[in-house]
Amino acid sequence: MHRAVVTGIGVLCAIGRNLPEFREALREGRDGGGPINGDTGAEGWGLRFRTAAQVRDYLATDHFSAKEADMLDRFAQFAVVTAREAVVQSGLEWTPELRESTAIVTGSCIGGQTTEDRGFVEVYRRGRPRPHPMTIPKTMANAGASGISMEFGINGAAFTVATACSSSSHAIGLASGMVRSGMCPVAIAGGSEATFSPGILMAWESMRVVSPTVCRPFSRDRNGMMLGEGGAMLVIESLEHAEARGAKPLAEIAGVGMSSDAHHVTQPSAEGAARAITRALKDAGIGPEQVGYVNAHGTGTLVNDVTETRALHYALGEHATRLAVSSTKSMHGHTLGAAGAIESAAAILALREGFLPPTIHYNERAPECDLDYVPNQGREWDGEYAMSNSFAFGGLNAVLVLRRI
Amino acid sequence: MDHDLTAGEMVPGDLTERVLRIIADNQRKEVSLVTTDSSFEELGIDSMDAVNIVFALENEFNVNVPDEEMKNIRSVRDIVEGVHKLVAAGPPTGPEKAAV
Repeated sequence: MHRAVVTGIGVLCAIGRNLPEFREALREGRDGGGPINGDTGAEGWGLRFRTAAQVRDYLATDHFSAKEADMLDRFAQFAVVTAREAVVQSGLEWTPELRESTAIVTGSCIGGQTTEDRGFVEVYRRGRPRPHPMTIPKTMANAGASGISMEFGINGAAFTVATACSSSSHAIGLASGMVRSGMCPVAIAGGSEATFSPGILMAWESMRVVSPTVCRPFSRDRNGMMLGEGGAMLVIESLEHAEARGAKPLAEIAGVGMSSDAHHVTQPSAEGAARAITRALKDAGIGPEQVGYVNAHGTGTLVNDVTETRALHYALGEHATRLAVSSTKSMHGHTLGAAGAIESAAAILALREGFLPPTIHYNERAPECDLDYVPNQGREWDGEYAMSNSFAFGGLNAVLVLRRI
Repeated sequence: MDHDLTAGEMVPGDLTERVLRIIADNQRKEVSLVTTDSSFEELGIDSMDAVNIVFALENEFNVNVPDEEMKNIRSVRDIVEGVHKLVAAGPPTGPEKAAV
């Protein structure tokens, strides 16, 4: 077995257009929420929620030629933009051999459904005979992976995982497994999501899980999540490969745990989540007491936060009350299929910077949420292992254990 | 026929029947099994089912159920009484749907 290390990170979300901005925002505890941008076409629909963590001031043509931008849905653009940043940081130089062997594993929950939504409006509402011819290729969930492969000329295995809100944690878990097994020396893995179009927003509203005010994970007065968008990509490679080319590893992906609840399509199970946590620790070869920080799934819904707290108790025992748990979704929103990648990036930053990002908007302790959630203020920290949790609708869980290196 | 649900408050029978039918349809149960005294447990109604039922009721009766009201819905009786109040209050006002 090889050791899988991260040598490059790219991030784009409501609180940062790149990794340095993201790092600063996490330190400051910046709220990425704001009024939903009228460009999404969502205004005037009477949505119950008014705020979201959108990527603002993003112009596709700052990153792509107009023609390229026409071919890529916003979510796929986010995948390519973040992969570029990750590759630059990694210092990878593309040789024919590396292009042949590098893998790409992306995650997305809804893919290019915003393109699809607009296309269907043309047909159903405006009576046009057909949507735009690019609707299918822009909508497919693998458009991000395909975009990355074309960007760098990568010919290795490339595919996309769609497991709702666990998508990019599953993607990173799979990619690191491929690197650890020797299947490929290098992988680009992560996820991206662009959620904002009227039909999709109204579908979320209909579920009644989005906060009409602000996202307060684990707080007694929490009332739902904040939708977000963005992406994050990691360059993952074997430690030998990184060392051989003189690259500096940022962190190790030390353990991966996956499980399915076999329980309910929307109600999470603490046992199922605990299974994934326990498997991740076992895979990393560590005990609960070695974990110092958990970047929680922490959506801010009534049900998730209680269930996740319970899962941490089940899996970590007494140590659950001694470690720090925070939900950075309070800042960058729930980016669905991109969540695990953005939050893994946050956890790696916590390890490297020795600083825990806070759970912002935390007001009051809830009886069933009794852990240290790093409320409102980040703080200095010195730890070797951090964990990133992702628990998806459908009961599909993925947990990553990250190690400072 | 009217059902006397709460002291001093009458809920029209046809409205109650329509609500019970919607709950039965959502739970894929015979309507005869659903009464105002049925508990959520008896009917297997979980939180997502409640959201689905309220969605169907909003469409059926042209009413809006605010999120904060959802927290108070714990029984079939709560649903019936809640719909009655909303219907009595008249159709919802709010922003016009945007012309796309």
